[in-house]
Amino acid sequence: MIGLLSLTTFAPLVGVAVLLAVRAAQGDNAKTDNLAKWIALATTLVTFALSILVVVQFDPANPGFQMVEDIPWFAGLHYRMGVDGISVLFVLLTGFLLPICIVASWKSVEKRIVEYMIAFLVLETLVIGVFCALDLILFYLFFEGGLVPMFLIIGIWGGKRRVYAAYKFFLYTLLGSVLMLAAILSMIAIAGTSSIPDLMHFKFAPWLQTWLWLAFFASFAVKMPMWPVHTWLPDAHVEAPTAGSVILAGILLKLGGYGFMRFCLPMFPNASETFQPLVFALSAIAIVYTSLVAFRQTDIKKLIAYSSVAHMGFVTMGIFSGNAAGEQGAIFQMLSHGLISGALFLCVGVVYDRMHTREIAFYGGLTNRMPHYAFVFLLFTMGNVGLPGTSGFVGEILTMTGTYQASTWTALVAATGVILSAMYALTLYRRVMFGEIVNPELKTIADLDKREILLFVPLIIGTLVLGVYPNLVFNLTASSVDGLVGAWRAAVGG
Amino acid sequence: MTFAANFSLVIPEFILGVSALVLLVWGAFQGKTSPAFTGAAVLALLAAAVATVIGPHGHAFNGVYAADGAATYAKVAIFLFSAVAIVLGDRWLAARGDQKFEYAVLVVLAALGMGVTASAGDLISLYIGVELQSLALYVLAAFRREDAKASEAGLKYFVLGALSSGLLLYGSSLIYGFAGSTRFGDIAAVAHDAHNVGLLFGLIFVLCGLAFKVSAAPFHMWTPDVYEGAPTPVVGFFAAAPKLAAMMMFARVLGDAFPDAVGQWRQVLVITALLSVFVGAFAGLAQNNLKRLWAYSSIANVGYALLGVATGGETGLHSMLVFMTLYMVDVTGFFACLQALSRNGKPMETIEDMAGLVKERPGVALAMTAFSLSALGLPPFSGFWAKFYVFGAAMGSGDVLLQWAAVLGLVGSVVAAFYYLRLIKTMWFDAPAATTDAPPSVARAVGLVAALFAVAGVWIALVWIDPAARLAAAAFGHA
Repeated sequence: MIGLLSLTTFAPLVGVAVLLAVRAAQGDNAKTDNLAKWIALATTLVTFALSILVVVQFDPANPGFQMVEDIPWFAGLHYRMGVDGISVLFVLLTGFLLPICIVASWKSVEKRIVEYMIAFLVLETLVIGVFCALDLILFYLFFEGGLVPMFLIIGIWGGKRRVYAAYKFFLYTLLGSVLMLAAILSMIAIAGTSSIPDLMHFKFAPWLQTWLWLAFFASFAVKMPMWPVHTWLPDAHVEAPTAGSVILAGILLKLGGYGFMRFCLPMFPNASETFQPLVFALSAIAIVYTSLVAFRQTDIKKLIAYSSVAHMGFVTMGIFSGNAAGEQGAIFQMLSHGLISGALFLCVGVVYDRMHTREIAFYGGLTNRMPHYAFVFLLFTMGNVGLPGTSGFVGEILTMTGTYQASTWTALVAATGVILSAMYALTLYRRVMFGEIVNPELKTIADLDKREILLFVPLIIGTLVLGVYPNLVFNLTASSVDGLVGAWRAAVGG
Repeated sequence: MTFAANFSLVIPEFILGVSALVLLVWGAFQGKTSPAFTGAAVLALLAAAVATVIGPHGHAFNGVYAADGAATYAKVAIFLFSAVAIVLGDRWLAARGDQKFEYAVLVVLAALGMGVTASAGDLISLYIGVELQSLALYVLAAFRREDAKASEAGLKYFVLGALSSGLLLYGSSLIYGFAGSTRFGDIAAVAHDAHNVGLLFGLIFVLCGLAFKVSAAPFHMWTPDVYEGAPTPVVGFFAAAPKLAAMMMFARVLGDAFPDAVGQWRQVLVITALLSVFVGAFAGLAQNNLKRLWAYSSIANVGYALLGVATGGETGLHSMLVFMTLYMVDVTGFFACLQALSRNGKPMETIEDMAGLVKERPGVALAMTAFSLSALGLPPFSGFWAKFYVFGAAMGSGDVLLQWAAVLGLVGSVVAAFYYLRLIKTMWFDAPAATTDAPPSVARAVGLVAALFAVAGVWIALVWIDPAARLAAAAFGHA
């Protein structure tokens, strides 16, 4: 049975088919390009509507998988889709961010627009598929498939060192993923099934869990990215076009955290417990070290990229804390980071589109010319710092609370990260926005136009609403998180 | 068994043999090729494929010749891909004014040889098949005799091929000496009863000879040179059907004659497989000529297929058959695209030649992108499924050696990913260098159909390929 989830997942591909048909009919000209933008926007909006429908139909009281579709395939594999409280909001996040990506690219992308839109739509299908897949191989298909469109997005529409960045992104991620593939294949061989819900109840021998955990960890740690395998991210972000950065930071990084919650914790609970100190250590290092690195950056985008790594440190820490607060916080932090970091990359895009540079030293005193922009940038800077009232606060405080129960020292180190993030984020804001305009080129810089305001409004609303009323998220995730934590505790005997 | 019963099992080979002779006479009298001539050759191959499918199963001539599920599966694939090779090669040679009727005859003869090896139930019939196939292939490599590189390729192939045949024959003689029989079934019985060093010694020689035929490291040296020198459609043929035939030889010898000595030959195969994967991956990094690059890619892919053979048993051989089937589609499609590309009449063969191809020839460029990603093993392309089977079999074998080999093989595929990405990068990111000629329709169509298969068709096709290959794999070990 093809259900709502398949519909949501594959809706963007319909848009791809339309785009190809239009181009075949009209040829490669300005008219086609213009139409392509509208088609892509309409497709992503429809997908967004469908993803809202998924959330509306979702029953928060049910901790299991819902809207399950199951069609036998070949070699014992199944086409299996379904969502639970952990994944359903990521489907919504993807649906929400994609129209913003399309609008953000409206003017800044000038060449090969049809291909660009196709790449984004294909990527959307693959990412939604990752969150919905309930079969290991199906999951891997979607997970790995996403490399190609992202490789092309960075490589074709990126900046000067785009080829290097694209290679680095692809090869880093691939190396992690092939190890996961080896683990997936041996899991299927041992358990005799590739169904994710069944595997969650399958008890792998502890020694085996260690190996499988490490293999999955290799993949998700790169994707996340965790220190020390994070170095591909700043390059990829700096070279990617604005919308590419938004989707990379907003959604693709979340695949790592999602993977930890979907696979590592429930399927290899003993190994997760064994490696808890390792993850805590790496997370703490990521939070402190990359915050310090971010502080020293001269490129705005690179600074935000490093701050992403630091914020993902909170997520990994929360996930492996193994209690409800940590898990809830991790999910919330991922969603919130999706909105805030996406918005920050859009903020960089705004000035980059005007001045074609991202050097911090180039800017200064923008508040004088761009009051609206100053407001938006400040709001998201504060969200990034974790100011109460924005969504950033809720995620950080919860992950730290959860971690405190598991490891006080880690929570303590992580807490310094909050101060460090204020340090680099506010410094960035001061140097770019405050003071007098010194650089003559900035004397005529224009404030946000209507399209850009339209771009930021939903993100502002999202950030503030989630910051003030986080229960919107927790209501949906609570029962699944309780199930996850309960199963973990039962397995490790804690 | 009556002669009629024996004969009914070899009808496909009979069809091919007679067709080859008739075609030869026809061609000699006509003096040149014609559409009807080419069509007749294709028809002969298709008829042989049909005869294979509908023909009876059994062992003919006292077990010298096996018409079983495995043979059927392999032969259908071999005959079909040979037919495609005739069509592609004929068009390519015609476009260069070099059309000779011998081309189709040689491909039919090679297909006959491959059919015999796939059905071999005895060392002698195996050797006859190998030689018939190889001799036809040597000539095909040097088919454009006024081209120095092609002649060089043919000569190299011949000299090294003769050496490997020598190894194969020497190993066979040792096996015969120690087992007292050349029949696989008898050898299996002897190998089962006693641990016989002489027999293993002979087996190693046979494996070396076969490794050469399949271009596995460290016997791969000829491959890049032959691929570079031989005409492009011939390379497309080399890389597909003969590779499957050679893999079938491995499966026949190991699965039918030495199924119980798996503990001994597995290590040898694992080492060969891993060497192939890494030689293919690292040496490919330095290549600029696409034909050479794909030679190394094929070495790496042979390594993966050998891992399936090393796993052995029904699952292992099943994975190898699926792997080779999917790989054949990929490689045929890739070389069809490559032969379709030319610039001012000169073939485009280096990576730089492909700069900006996506703007110039979007269809062909997309197809080549799909083949590259597929060869890289990225889902959802067919190459991923090929690797899925092979590594799945290795991981599920319960043998630590194979499991580590699978992990290393996967890591090797990341190294190889770099050169596939380089091709994609050149086609997609770089600016076009100059205009390309309009691609010939047949080669382009074959390339696009193969690409469609690699991207999406495989999802549906596997629903049939998977059980068919399983049936085929179940046939081994009953010689």
